[in-house]
Amino acid sequence: MPIQTYSELIEKNKLKDDIYHFKVKSEEIAKAAKPGNFIEIRVSDTTAPFLRRPISIYNLDKEKGIVEFIFQVKGKGTEILANKKVGDKIDVLGPLGFGTFKYENYQKIAVIGGGIGVFPLYELSKCAKQANKQINIYLGFRNKEAVVLEEEFKNVCDKLIITTDDGTYGETGFAINFVKRDIEKEEYDCIYACGPLPMLKAVRELAIEKNIPCQISLEERMGCGIGACLGCAVKTAKSPKESPEYWHVCKGGPVFEAKEVEI
Amino acid sequence: MNTKINLAGIEMKNPVTVASGTFGYGREFNQFFDLSKLGGIITKGTTLKPKSGNKPPRICETPSGMLNSIGLQNPGVEYFAQNDLPFLRKFDTAVIVNACGSTVEEYVELCKILNTLDIDGVELNLSCPNVKAGCMAFGNSYEGVREITSQVRKVLDKPLIVKLTPNVTDIASIAKGAEDGGADAVSLINTLLGMSIDIDKRKPVLANNTGGLSGPAIKPVAVRMVYQVSKAANIPILGMGGIVDGKDAIEFMLAGATAISIGAGNFIDPYTSVNTVKGIEEYMKKYNIENLEDIIGTVKMN
Repeated sequence: MPIQTYSELIEKNKLKDDIYHFKVKSEEIAKAAKPGNFIEIRVSDTTAPFLRRPISIYNLDKEKGIVEFIFQVKGKGTEILANKKVGDKIDVLGPLGFGTFKYENYQKIAVIGGGIGVFPLYELSKCAKQANKQINIYLGFRNKEAVVLEEEFKNVCDKLIITTDDGTYGETGFAINFVKRDIEKEEYDCIYACGPLPMLKAVRELAIEKNIPCQISLEERMGCGIGACLGCAVKTAKSPKESPEYWHVCKGGPVFEAKEVEI
Repeated sequence: MNTKINLAGIEMKNPVTVASGTFGYGREFNQFFDLSKLGGIITKGTTLKPKSGNKPPRICETPSGMLNSIGLQNPGVEYFAQNDLPFLRKFDTAVIVNACGSTVEEYVELCKILNTLDIDGVELNLSCPNVKAGCMAFGNSYEGVREITSQVRKVLDKPLIVKLTPNVTDIASIAKGAEDGGADAVSLINTLLGMSIDIDKRKPVLANNTGGLSGPAIKPVAVRMVYQVSKAANIPILGMGGIVDGKDAIEFMLAGATAISIGAGNFIDPYTSVNTVKGIEEYMKKYNIENLEDIIGTVKMN
């Protein structure tokens, strides 16, 4: 069940020019959250900007009651957020989303992330690792400058493959190409993905073709974050063209079984 | 201190309701507070048959507000009656169903069903800007509003509130149409038709191209329209448009609203509606107001 809290910002790190890592204290959210959940932050107590910003959870420290998230400054709202100081109280709504990453029934898993979509995959990988799953992680970035969290991800998997589109770091090409390369020999039980839409589409197609369970974390323009406004619609795969059926990222998701949604 | 009001025969413990489409059927917000604290709940716009809604993106943020084009996604009146109404009836709050259709016959058929349900009233949606047929098409002329209101009136014994669109030249005449058609009250304003363009893609942000603008950005327009309608029509007003706190609510009541709705304000803070109730009580204390109803329409014009 989500709650609304004013959580203290206890640590703030700048990972890149426009990417920030925040740690906030919220025992209730840390305790209740699952891998794949997100939070919504109201960056200002005025009405400008108006809506909350949905941000995925990067890491949870359940013992210390700490919720960590990483975000890119994209506009006015995230800029205001980036300027918060350690000690400030941040208006956080969470944990949100009933569709979370499920890993309990799988033994050998592949985790694929692209760009700023890699963040929610950390908590998943960490939990799966603690549950003694075998995990291979594929993270794709634009170039060397964009690579983040390599060490962190290395510690929560058996094998980490970093790729860059231009070959300036790690393997050259998209992360999905290396999943394709490994998929026959590795015999994955499940694939998890978060990242740009073209990547998610490719992962989904691959998983359907190979008949491997696949869970993807989706984004859509969002309002309330709790399932009331019905803004963040995502089309279900089975729905007929003439009468489409929609689920919602904030409620059914953000994590969906890939074959059940049309992206 | 008495915050009770009577909106066209609907008794409410306070004037704060939640606007259609911003509160679902209440379940999501019941995770945060007891729904009995509200004067009333206006349900998600409900149609005769289930409706899947529009393609995403359906919403986008704008200065102090937002555009939406949800497209009335709802499970249909039958599902509502079986699954959501029993839930809502567990709370001590008025339940008003927002009803929408695409033809006069559909509105009448729907209201016949609503008349048999355990609800406190119907809000007739003649103002949704996001569906192709019906709704706003009926709502933009005196004759259209009077005609559909009178047809619905024939089959509905419960309090009938007609929700008006602000996308008209003369809101007062539209309100008159509702009154002459037999409405017990009017609610206003629905969203203002708007558009937002993604300058990188050179395309509208919303898949539907246009959407309804709501939030504090529209509040002065709403207050003005509530005032105009209160002078022109002799039926009570459920006022809404950008209300996010008790002060906003009082502003609408002074302009002539008997009760108010919180709309987009529910999205920025799940507690906006209950905090508005508190804010109204603070205002009453500050100015020694014993009966809240006494302030309705008491604005003194310059």
